[in-house]
Amino acid sequence: MDSNLLEVRRLKKYYPITGGLFGRTIGHVKAVDDVSFSIQKGETFGLVGESGSGKSTTGRTILRLLEKTEGEVRFQGIDVHALNRQELRALRPRMQYIFQDPYSSLNPRVRIGEALGEALLDHGLLPQTQVRERVLEVMALCGLAPYHVDRYPHEFSGGQRQRIGIARAIMMNPDFIVADEPVSALDVSIQAQIINLFAELQEQRKLTYLFISHDLSVVEHLCTRIGVMYLGSLMELAPRDELFLEPLHPYTKALLSSVPLPIPKKKRERIVLQGDMPSPANPPAGCKFHTRCPYVKDICRQEVPAFREVSTDRFVACHLV
Amino acid sequence: MNALVEIQNLSTYFKSEQGVVKAVDALELRVHEGETVCIVGESGCGKSAAAMSLMRLIPEAVGSIVSGEIWFAGRDLRKVSKEEMRKLRGNELAMIFQEPMSSLNPVLTIGEQIMEPIMEHQGLSKKAAQARAIELIELVGIPRAKEIAKSYPYELSGGMLQRIMIAIAISCNPRLLIADEPTTALDVTIQAQILDLLRKIKDEAQTAILFITHDLGVVAEMADHVVVMYAGKVVEVSPVVELFEEPKHPYTQGLLRSKPVLNQRRAKLYSIPGQVPNPTTLGESCYFHDRCDQCLDICRVKQPPLRDGGDGRKVACWLYEEESVRGQ
Repeated sequence: MDSNLLEVRRLKKYYPITGGLFGRTIGHVKAVDDVSFSIQKGETFGLVGESGSGKSTTGRTILRLLEKTEGEVRFQGIDVHALNRQELRALRPRMQYIFQDPYSSLNPRVRIGEALGEALLDHGLLPQTQVRERVLEVMALCGLAPYHVDRYPHEFSGGQRQRIGIARAIMMNPDFIVADEPVSALDVSIQAQIINLFAELQEQRKLTYLFISHDLSVVEHLCTRIGVMYLGSLMELAPRDELFLEPLHPYTKALLSSVPLPIPKKKRERIVLQGDMPSPANPPAGCKFHTRCPYVKDICRQEVPAFREVSTDRFVACHLV
Repeated sequence: MNALVEIQNLSTYFKSEQGVVKAVDALELRVHEGETVCIVGESGCGKSAAAMSLMRLIPEAVGSIVSGEIWFAGRDLRKVSKEEMRKLRGNELAMIFQEPMSSLNPVLTIGEQIMEPIMEHQGLSKKAAQARAIELIELVGIPRAKEIAKSYPYELSGGMLQRIMIAIAISCNPRLLIADEPTTALDVTIQAQILDLLRKIKDEAQTAILFITHDLGVVAEMADHVVVMYAGKVVEVSPVVELFEEPKHPYTQGLLRSKPVLNQRRAKLYSIPGQVPNPTTLGESCYFHDRCDQCLDICRVKQPPLRDGGDGRKVACWLYEEESVRGQ
């Protein structure tokens, strides 16, 4: 498809486990294990999963903040992991990353205005004389007041810091933003403000998002298509309405039924999964989910289910679907 | 029916460089035997400070209870001696926290840590305590209890550790279990397991639970009664169904409207404007007035009292006062 802004093909990110007297590699943590999907221009693609499912590692490997182990990432046709340092640096402004905790990514001794303008100067995107004007403009866009420009990071609340994180990404005028749990640390009333800001900016600037979150209600609200990860692999991928109304994978079903709804007395059929997620260093054979799957069959213990298209734009990795 | 816990006019103040913080400001709270009461609110609203005050666990260097009464099973906990309070904690009053890892001793086995309060409070022999520890591990739904008893905290996952904390908390059959954000650090599938377990304990042992959370979904699932706090104050008290069906306080209304709900997607989320006020500079006004979309003149100058509606609901808001009272 021509409209794909980003294509991820069979991406793997393994971390070696070393041991023994000579520190040899004795195994791998398969943080991202053969993941494929594409993101169209202007959409918000959601990656959901529990801690340790590999969603953040996927996001970081896509932007090449981490080197891949295998596979391919194409951004507007460019093979991101084949670029040399200079080429990658030239591409960086177009792909930005927003962290869960922007405070830890801000220098406590640098004023916000400076922190926001720094990358523009570094990349030579604007002459010095125009930087301040641009900083103020983007700050206003992100709901920050002009007098904030001379303040230090510690003087801001959690919600404001996330606005700064967003402003810093927007400053570069990117096409694509990976947002890694950007609202998870925020209180409900502030979370809604930031979610709305994401939506507004997307509309104004035709942005494409990869939105990483463990919160299914937030993902349903913001995302157009969603991939569900478990132990480094995609279990299911579907457009929003299909995924939430008619989930196919047992893991997706369990995940959705686990979310507490603010509706007391509502009777729901809940699938409570037994046990914990296994270690990604030693994932179960066959289907990775089989140890916790309530519908497990013999074949699930032996064969890895293929991640296949079951109907238009709906993918699932399950023997039973 | 007399309440198991009855807190009246409780205020806990913290000292800070910027001035005094009224972390808990004239709190009223009632928990009946076998009932789950949820305190809900955002960061800094005083919900944890309220629980810590009830347990008398506010460190002196940080702050202190300045007024009020904390009645528990017929006794005012503010008046009992330190020694007596120590006997109550872990015995009749038990508490579980958000981070199980930081409440467990890393160099003692799980079994030893469960045995400690049983031997201390119930005077069981080491052998009997050992057997009881294994029983408790099984009770909270962990398989291979004997092996788990011999393991150390770092060997267990977050969900398992929280089960262990619950095992320790219920080991002496407490009458009140205080759970301070017990599932906030856990994944949803694990959270579902822990909530199920807490409900089971409540049903089987008739333990009263004071459940502190910021998650309205968890409130809807767990609570019989709900206390909504904002900036140290109780703004609304209500049975759970009524609260969600017809929230009265504009803050409660705003909270419910700003939360995205599964399968109820809206084009745009409502958001409460602004942010929580600075706790050191609070004046005489309603603390919520500058974020409130129904603010009246009186809200800017006078704090509304927490008024009993007579239907089991209480709300602190001028909108619900007679016009003669609010003077308009």
